Amino acid sequence: MWHATLRNLLAHKLRLALSGLAIVLGVAFVSGTMIFTDTLGKTFENLFASTSADVNVEPASAFDSGLAGTGEGTGAASTVPESLVDTVRDVDGVAAAAGFVRTEGVYVLDGNGNVLDTGGAPGIGISWEPDPDLSSSTLVDGRAPRGAAQVALDVDSAEKAGYTLGDTVTVLTTGPRVQAELVGTFSFGDSGGSAGASLAAFETRAAQELFGTPGQFSGIGISTADGIAEETVRDRVAAAIGDGYDVRTASEQAEALAGDFEEGLAFVETFLLAFAGIALFVGTFIILNTFSMLVAQRTRELALLRALGAGRAQVTRSVLAEALVLGIVGSTLGLAAGFGVATGLRSLFGQFGLTLDGGLVFATDTVLWSYAVGVLVTLMAAYLPARRAAKTPPVAAMRDDHVSVERSLRRRTVFGGVLTAAGVAAMVGAFIVQDDGTAASLVGVGALTLLLGTIALSPVIARPFLRGIGAVLPRLFGTSGHLARENAVRNPRRTAATASALMVGLALVSGFSIIGASTNASVDNSLDQSLGADYVVSTAVAAPFSAEIAQEIRVIDGVESVTQQRFGQAQLGGVQTSVSAVDAATLDSAFALDYLTGGTEGLRGEGLLVDEDTAASRGWSVGDRVEALLANGERVELTVGGVYTTNQALGLAVISLDTFTAAGGEALDRFVYVDVAPDVDAAAVRSSLKATLDAYPVVTLKDQAQFADEQKGQVDQLLMIINALLGLSVIIAVLGIVNTLALSVIERTREIGLLRAIGMDRRQLRQMIRLESVAISVYGAVFGLILGIVFGTGLVQALADQGISQQVIPGGRMLLFLAIGALIGVLAAVWPARRAAGLKLLDAIATT
Amino acid sequence: MTSVRDIPTQRVGVQAPPAARSVRLTKVFGEGDTRVVALDAVDVAFRAGQFTAIMGPSGSGKSTLMHCMAGLDAVTDGHAHIGDTELSSLNDRQLTMLRRDKIGFIFQAYNLLPTLTALENITLPMDIAGRRPDQAWLDTVIDTVGLRPRLNHRPSELSGGQQQRVACARAMANRPEIIFADEPTGNLDSKSGADVLAFLRRSVMEMGQTIVMVTHDPVAASYADRVLFLADGRIVDEMLSPTRERVLERMKAFDRQPEA
Ligand SMILES: Nc1ncnc2c1ncn2[C@@H]1O[C@H](COP(=O)(O)OP(=O)(O)OP(=O)(O)O)[C@@H](O)[C@H]1O
Ligand SMILES: [Mg+2]
Repeated sequence: MWHATLRNLLAHKLRLALSGLAIVLGVAFVSGTMIFTDTLGKTFENLFASTSADVNVEPASAFDSGLAGTGEGTGAASTVPESLVDTVRDVDGVAAAAGFVRTEGVYVLDGNGNVLDTGGAPGIGISWEPDPDLSSSTLVDGRAPRGAAQVALDVDSAEKAGYTLGDTVTVLTTGPRVQAELVGTFSFGDSGGSAGASLAAFETRAAQELFGTPGQFSGIGISTADGIAEETVRDRVAAAIGDGYDVRTASEQAEALAGDFEEGLAFVETFLLAFAGIALFVGTFIILNTFSMLVAQRTRELALLRALGAGRAQVTRSVLAEALVLGIVGSTLGLAAGFGVATGLRSLFGQFGLTLDGGLVFATDTVLWSYAVGVLVTLMAAYLPARRAAKTPPVAAMRDDHVSVERSLRRRTVFGGVLTAAGVAAMVGAFIVQDDGTAASLVGVGALTLLLGTIALSPVIARPFLRGIGAVLPRLFGTSGHLARENAVRNPRRTAATASALMVGLALVSGFSIIGASTNASVDNSLDQSLGADYVVSTAVAAPFSAEIAQEIRVIDGVESVTQQRFGQAQLGGVQTSVSAVDAATLDSAFALDYLTGGTEGLRGEGLLVDEDTAASRGWSVGDRVEALLANGERVELTVGGVYTTNQALGLAVISLDTFTAAGGEALDRFVYVDVAPDVDAAAVRSSLKATLDAYPVVTLKDQAQFADEQKGQVDQLLMIINALLGLSVIIAVLGIVNTLALSVIERTREIGLLRAIGMDRRQLRQMIRLESVAISVYGAVFGLILGIVFGTGLVQALADQGISQQVIPGGRMLLFLAIGALIGVLAAVWPARRAAGLKLLDAIATT
Repeated sequence: MTSVRDIPTQRVGVQAPPAARSVRLTKVFGEGDTRVVALDAVDVAFRAGQFTAIMGPSGSGKSTLMHCMAGLDAVTDGHAHIGDTELSSLNDRQLTMLRRDKIGFIFQAYNLLPTLTALENITLPMDIAGRRPDQAWLDTVIDTVGLRPRLNHRPSELSGGQQQRVACARAMANRPEIIFADEPTGNLDSKSGADVLAFLRRSVMEMGQTIVMVTHDPVAASYADRVLFLADGRIVDEMLSPTRERVLERMKAFDRQPEA
């Protein structure tokens, strides 16, 4: 039997290549995604797990913000005093201890005075630690910086900015702008990768002055004496310094950071995993489809083997053996191709500024999953049809032309119907439940169930649908159209499976574009309604910047008012909430506020303004007293002074700038709003504003429309990354269609020969195959779009309270996707159609 | 023996030009060791309105002759004509048109597209050409094959004999100048085979159709006006007004001296 198996594999080279291709594609898709996800994770972990000290002391956080490492601080400046270092040093078992400074919002300017592009990654300022036991940075070139006039940069940033040792580097800190000589370059962490983040290092004292607080540290690194367990030292240090600090060993620190990292990058990771899931799904489909076709084509051959005395199990085994060989070879090639996919993804992310410069991470998991997918799926894909083939009585199979036994779709209908109904129920439920989190997860679960249900139902729907839209084909294209339609519906399972990959891809693409369009519309709408200022000054990603900027703007002639906005995390009445801090005096000129009760004057002193939803859900009204706990442990008693209608720019709750500062909030602005006096030359004011801000390339000056565009630009960029990733799944889907069509052509060789013999010309033949392909892909596209619209609108509804208030279905884009679906059909048919037209007439007729 | 070309046709249209003819038609497959001369300078003519059967041992070149005459395969040497048209001068497109408009085909099996109904299969060549079928003629053909109650059935719902009759109707429906049939009854039981042959016979008698049919069956051959005997790529004999017994007799002679 083995001999027959191998002979068989080699005898049908094209079939072999096509089914092999399906496996290679499926596995490449999965392994590429996994390699890329691992690489991304490694790079970020490396960036945030920045400590190599044995034990670390950091100020305790009053509550877990869950935002560490994302560049989004808690807004509370918390430090450890210098004096604590001596206390720690005296603890028995401590070999060395040193305070360190580490702040985000420190940017390096390149030679042209532009901020070095970090692609959304933070610009970080650190103190240079000379003790290698305590430092995670390693000098690559030059020497350690000394004093405020010397700086060291991470190798990548220095190279990107084109600096060499000795050059003068401008560093924008959260305080003053610093000019310093570049005296050294260093690599960071184990792999040296920094995920695009820039690192600028100064001598410790200079770092404290430039971007820290004199006399204070961000934390203390400790190296332990030989022979003493880190845990012992940790406990002793904790006992010596008392409450108010977190003392952690290196591994605990790494874990905590990794935990933060996971939460912080949960979105990226979840998305990439979901993407890998889609990859798996699409890949599985293609392999399954290809193999069921292969075995179906060989039903007669297998029946012959049975007639010649091969047992049922023997036949099944021989098919499985074939699948095993193919699966192993295909998975191996797919794994290799996965590197290509990962490299492509990396350069794609590089395009958007997220540089992953460490090598690709190749984990055992990737190998395991690749082979699991490639081999197991192939075996499964081969087993089901093989068993069916083995069951076919030899006589039945030998008797006639392809006995593609039409199996009942009843089970499919029931199963798919139940799933679809459950999915719809979950989506409807999402509209009914109040809680946003529940609604979003209901939409998620509903979407997945609905997707699976639709896929299960797909063969049932395929026939009436294709007959319906196919009705125009004969009218437009005559016989080729008629035959194309009949071919598309002759095996609904196959058609459905072929279309499924495209359906999934387009469902996601269109769903995301609805979310994107809705978000953008909401940005427009909410800015219109919530902003009152003429100009906004901010960084592109709402990063913190120096308060000096607001000071300088304030003195410009013609500027009427300047409003600083800061953000912090606080527990209000025990529930963690994002809080804006704004000066009560100018609040009204910066924002368009509608009060339900109370007013701006309620913010003065220890006042608190909340939006209507927050007030409703907490049951607060004007005059209520609310306890606020800041991340640094400060507690403040606030009095609710006003309730305003939902305001996008202000968020859920506002405290006064005074309260925020008094409680130890960071003196860094996130937004500065500028109002121009009514009776001055607006253009002149604008140019002096611009001139002032030229010195601060981190921030930009925007009027309302530009501000809205900037916000939308971010949405669009995210959407582009997502679409690029999903585009890959669409490409795979196209190859899946090519595969199915090519196999169909082989399967129908004799029919094609007959058609040619009785007078169909090559052009008509090509058209027939093209139209079949278009019918299948349009089928996939239409259902993909329907699902995408359901997902997109469902999610937008669920996120309505998160600020996506507008529901927009971009009709033009949906039509474009549909057109792309049809175009995909045309493209996928090119090769199979050419093959069909090139078949030698007599060979086709003679094929048995 | 007299040359085939010199033999006057019987029954219909003595003066009519041949519907198809070949001049020193030669077909060689392969090269060197695998070289096979399937047709060796064959001269043959098929008169319009005549039913010709081609017989001969397996491998004698019957199918090859048919393929070359019908423009399904290129010839190595010599010429094949359909009416006035010389086939080797035509390109693929013209050949396709020729097959579509002037030739009907009936193969041994797999004649029909499984996705189309019987009626759609019958009108397929005209649909491909984008022509409306001549309804009166179509009705005549359909009634002749006796398939009216089955027109909306798919091939899988028809018996083998019915499928072959659909194939015959398709070949006829287009009013081709000539029909080539390669063992059209090879897969049928004798009753179904007789139905198909009776139909072919009638279409020649009543509609003046020209038919060339390859067969191994002396009974099938007896439906024809004349029988050509092929051996080793040459026409070795011809018989007019064949009967089953005479054909059987002649074939026994083949068996005794294969190189006749
Ligand atoms: N494509 C081909 N390549 C090589 N040789 C061929 C090819 N087609 C036919 N032959 C050879 O040409 C010769 C004639 O073949 P042909 O099919 O015409 O015979 P036939 O009379 O139709 O036989 P049968 O009664 O078995 O159908 C045979 O020797 C055959 O092997
Ligand atoms: Mg033959």
